[in-house]
Amino acid sequence: MSYTIWILLTATLVGINCGLVGTFLVLRKMSMLSDAISHSVLLGIVGAYMVSHQLQGVSMLLGALLVGLLTTFLVQLLHQKGVQSDAAIGVVFTCLFAIGVVLISLFADRVHLDVEHALMGEIAFVPWDVLEVGGQSIGPKAIWLLGFVLAINIFVIVFAYKELKISSFDSEMAITLGIPVALIHYVLMGMLSLTTVASFDSVGAILVVAMLIVPSATAYLWTDRLSMMLICSAFIGVLASVIGYVGATAFNVSISGAIAVSTGVIFFVSLWIAPKHGLLRKWLKKSPV
Amino acid sequence: MDVNVQWVFTSMALLGLASGMIGTFALLKKQSLIGDAMAHAALPGICIAFLFYGQKSLLVFLIGAACSGYMATVCIQFIVKHTRIKEDAAIGIVLSVFFGLGIVLLTWINQHEGGNQSGINDFLFGKAASLTGNDVNVLTITAVLMVITILFFFKEFKIITFDRAFAQGIGIPVSLLNGVLMFLIVSVVVIGLQAVGVVLMSALLITPALAARYWTERLGWMTLLAGVFGALSGVAGAYVSLIAYVPTGPLVIIFATALFLFSFLFAPKRGLCSKIIRRHVERKKLRVKQLMYERGEQL
Repeated sequence: MSYTIWILLTATLVGINCGLVGTFLVLRKMSMLSDAISHSVLLGIVGAYMVSHQLQGVSMLLGALLVGLLTTFLVQLLHQKGVQSDAAIGVVFTCLFAIGVVLISLFADRVHLDVEHALMGEIAFVPWDVLEVGGQSIGPKAIWLLGFVLAINIFVIVFAYKELKISSFDSEMAITLGIPVALIHYVLMGMLSLTTVASFDSVGAILVVAMLIVPSATAYLWTDRLSMMLICSAFIGVLASVIGYVGATAFNVSISGAIAVSTGVIFFVSLWIAPKHGLLRKWLKKSPV
Repeated sequence: MDVNVQWVFTSMALLGLASGMIGTFALLKKQSLIGDAMAHAALPGICIAFLFYGQKSLLVFLIGAACSGYMATVCIQFIVKHTRIKEDAAIGIVLSVFFGLGIVLLTWINQHEGGNQSGINDFLFGKAASLTGNDVNVLTITAVLMVITILFFFKEFKIITFDRAFAQGIGIPVSLLNGVLMFLIVSVVVIGLQAVGVVLMSALLITPALAARYWTERLGWMTLLAGVFGALSGVAGAYVSLIAYVPTGPLVIIFATALFLFSFLFAPKRGLCSKIIRRHVERKKLRVKQLMYERGEQL
């Protein structure tokens, strides 16, 4: 029983973290940057391993944070030098990912980190990888990591809510108001990298992308208020985790994959029934009976 | 040279050639990330095709992947057209949900159909060495067909890429040709999946084309160069992969990126270095002029 609870709790924390950060990405039209970072973070993990010879904790977070910021920096650099933005994203992340895969395959015999695991994740193993303090087990490591990142995310969002809001909706006004837009951008990218790496190990790159983009885009259909959108998106992330987990155990398939599919199902349903921006409402308005 | 090795080299060269040429159009239409979406969206189609057909066959996989790739583009267009969600988010939604579905089906197959022997897992990460003679035949024929299609429709593709409205005006079937182009993208992604894997296949579309963009202003040359860059990266990646026992896909992409970086820095007209030098020379000229002016000398 506690096994199920730990997995659900992990998925729920991933859902909340990604929902919060993803909202800003969707609003800033930077969704594909999450795809890029979730792949290039692999290089950060391998790099951190090569430096510190361990696969968890602070070094992994730092490695991922560095590579995440490096990705954004390189994308922006190429873009400034005249490369169109979609191509800049495509070139940077695939290259960093390729270097990561090559490094893994070179050190594969010593590292317990295969590419398959990194991409698809294995949330089913989370409950067995516990953190021990003084010989006493205090719950899975993933939960602590995700909880720590959640605390950071909530702190930043509460602390800089106004700045995040204005710079997301109207960056030119934000500049005239003296808000450090570039700093906010990199803080957000830092949050994205931390969230990605914390979720990455337990649920894999693909689910991270799904959890970052789909619930936030769905929430965008339901509400026009930023605060509501944050809550809504986190809630949809949690809902998708529960539905996905139940479905995955019923059919005995990949939990991460099933959660990604259930975010898609929730999006599809919302597409039709969402109150203001749903298609049914739009079509009813067009043809008054 | 071993026959098997020759297969790998030939197919990687052809794959690079075709994807470079097709990537040129994807890049110029600002649809680089569509290749990424297609590469991910192909997975559920491949799995469903396997469930129906019962064994591994590149041709059947190609059909399945083309179907789900097509569905993915329809979904993206539907979301962009009917909601306020922007294109990048729409691509992200479709990419991750389709891929999630693919992973679900993959785990289902692995449990129920003895799929581990089917080699579907290779599609995720690519394994050029696992290509069989039959695969290479399909790959070769498809790649050659794709190159011929591009050459045949070259003028039409050129017009719809640069001036859609004009193309419509002179009676070119724009949406049909767009469909052909999308089909080419899906097909090249699918035949490349097994060799270089899902994530890196999109890079093989973008990177050589982007590198070629730095050397020329003419579409014909750019298409040709992108093909050559792709083929070079393919062969170089396969070669190093054989010596160093490292997966082919990532190596191909690293070579392609190196070609891009070289072009980005050193291409004669558009490269960063020549831009800097040009600016420097012009500034110097200006300074000389200013100096002469100050001394009252006429030029």
